[in-house]
Amino acid sequence: MDIVTPAVGQIFWGGLVFLILLFLLAKFAWKPILGAVNERERTISESLELAEKTKAEMQTLQAENENLLKEARAERDLMIKDAKEVASKMVTDAKGIAKEEGSKIIASAKESINAEKAAAISELKTQVAGFAIEIAEKVVHVELSSDVKQKALADKLVDDINLN
Amino acid sequence: MKFKNGMLMRGLLLLFILGGSFATFASEKEEESHQEEFNAAEYAVHHALDAHEFHFTDNIVIPLPVILWTDNGIVTFMSSAFHHDDAGKVVVTKNGMNFVKLHEKIYLLEEGAEHIEMNAEHHPENAAQIIMDFSLTKNVVTMFLVAFLMLFVFFKSARFYKRETQIAPRGVAGWTEPIILFIKELAAENIEGEKYKRFLPYLLTVFFFILFGNLLGLLPILSNPNMTGSISITLLLAMFTFIIQMVSTKKTYWLHIFDPLGNSMGWGAKIPLYLILLPIEILGIFIKPAALMIRLFANITAGHIIVVSLISIIFVNQSAWWSGLSVPMTLFISALELLVAFLQAYIFTMLSALFIGAAVETAHH
Repeated sequence: MDIVTPAVGQIFWGGLVFLILLFLLAKFAWKPILGAVNERERTISESLELAEKTKAEMQTLQAENENLLKEARAERDLMIKDAKEVASKMVTDAKGIAKEEGSKIIASAKESINAEKAAAISELKTQVAGFAIEIAEKVVHVELSSDVKQKALADKLVDDINLN
Repeated sequence: MKFKNGMLMRGLLLLFILGGSFATFASEKEEESHQEEFNAAEYAVHHALDAHEFHFTDNIVIPLPVILWTDNGIVTFMSSAFHHDDAGKVVVTKNGMNFVKLHEKIYLLEEGAEHIEMNAEHHPENAAQIIMDFSLTKNVVTMFLVAFLMLFVFFKSARFYKRETQIAPRGVAGWTEPIILFIKELAAENIEGEKYKRFLPYLLTVFFFILFGNLLGLLPILSNPNMTGSISITLLLAMFTFIIQMVSTKKTYWLHIFDPLGNSMGWGAKIPLYLILLPIEILGIFIKPAALMIRLFANITAGHIIVVSLISIIFVNQSAWWSGLSVPMTLFISALELLVAFLQAYIFTMLSALFIGAAVETAHH
């Protein structure tokens, strides 16, 4: 059977051709091709990784921004609250001062009123005393016009004193 | 535009496959008609064999150099010296030795013999076949062609990557890169870890060598060289895989061979089993590359024989009307052979990677 009989020549040339081909292709074709393909694969995976990393970074950045915003809002609220407190305190303080001042004024007014009143009373007293002396002069003048009358008055005065 | 070109190329390819086969046979018929009855089986087998010339038609034959290593030194002459004789009738005398060509083999006539004498079994009586025949035969020249094509295609591909590495491949590289990546994946799947990188150049070379050989074998314009269907070439390739496998074997591989059952049972049970298992395992070492050799040879040769046999229907029946059956069937088988060309290159490479992977593995699965 010729068809299943190996031929020396074909094996010899085949081996020679195949080995040279293997050497040349390995050195000048497979090495640069596989190198470039691996290089490209590496670049692609690195790029994807970088994209993934950037995405994560963006997310943290966004979260940070949100936090900052939240903090700013809280601070603003705090400031408003403080301002309100200060304002209300100022109002209360002002009210207190005004009250005090008012009461002081009232007090001094009362004092002067009292002083006026005393002055008026003492003047009235002086006048009344004057009137009384005047009346008494006149009464005494009448009573002491006769001895009898003088006596009667003296008795009466003694009685009053005893009674007292 | 590109698509149209592709269609045109495919059309031309089909034309070559069919037209080429016809051209060969049309001329054959003339010859056969005034000879004895056309023997399709003999013709088909002859067609699948190696030859000392490229036979396009009977008028267009490219002679090839004959290089013989004889006891009297190296003898060279062109195969045209035999005047297309293949029956041992034309005697070529060189260096005082007489040579004849019989069934595409060169025979050395015994001293003093002028003609070849056949015995009752149609074997030469007074001539010995020259074993050390280093002629550049049809298969050898096809191999050179495959080598040049591969160098051209892959050097051109490699040039692309010298310029550009970051963009998707274009041109020849656009065609070769997906296949190269496919083989790379194949190797990585079958050979554990990073070790596959060491064997990748061999696997790539063997895949494309077989693929290009298979595809060239489908071209009747090259008179269907049956390079990858030659047992010599498949033997050689299987030997390469076998040698690479054996050279890189690790302890685990031999453990699988000599202690295939491992710790699954005690030695009391294993020893009687091993009486049967060990010879099988040891034979398996050699059967694997042998199967590799036979599979490629048988698949490609079968394709060639089927195509020739189907075309032969016309000549066996001596009627052109039979082409109505023969041509569609040949077309179908030719398309199938295109698939087989890729498939067998893939299977050979995949099994090579598998065998090498088994040899280099270090851990039990």
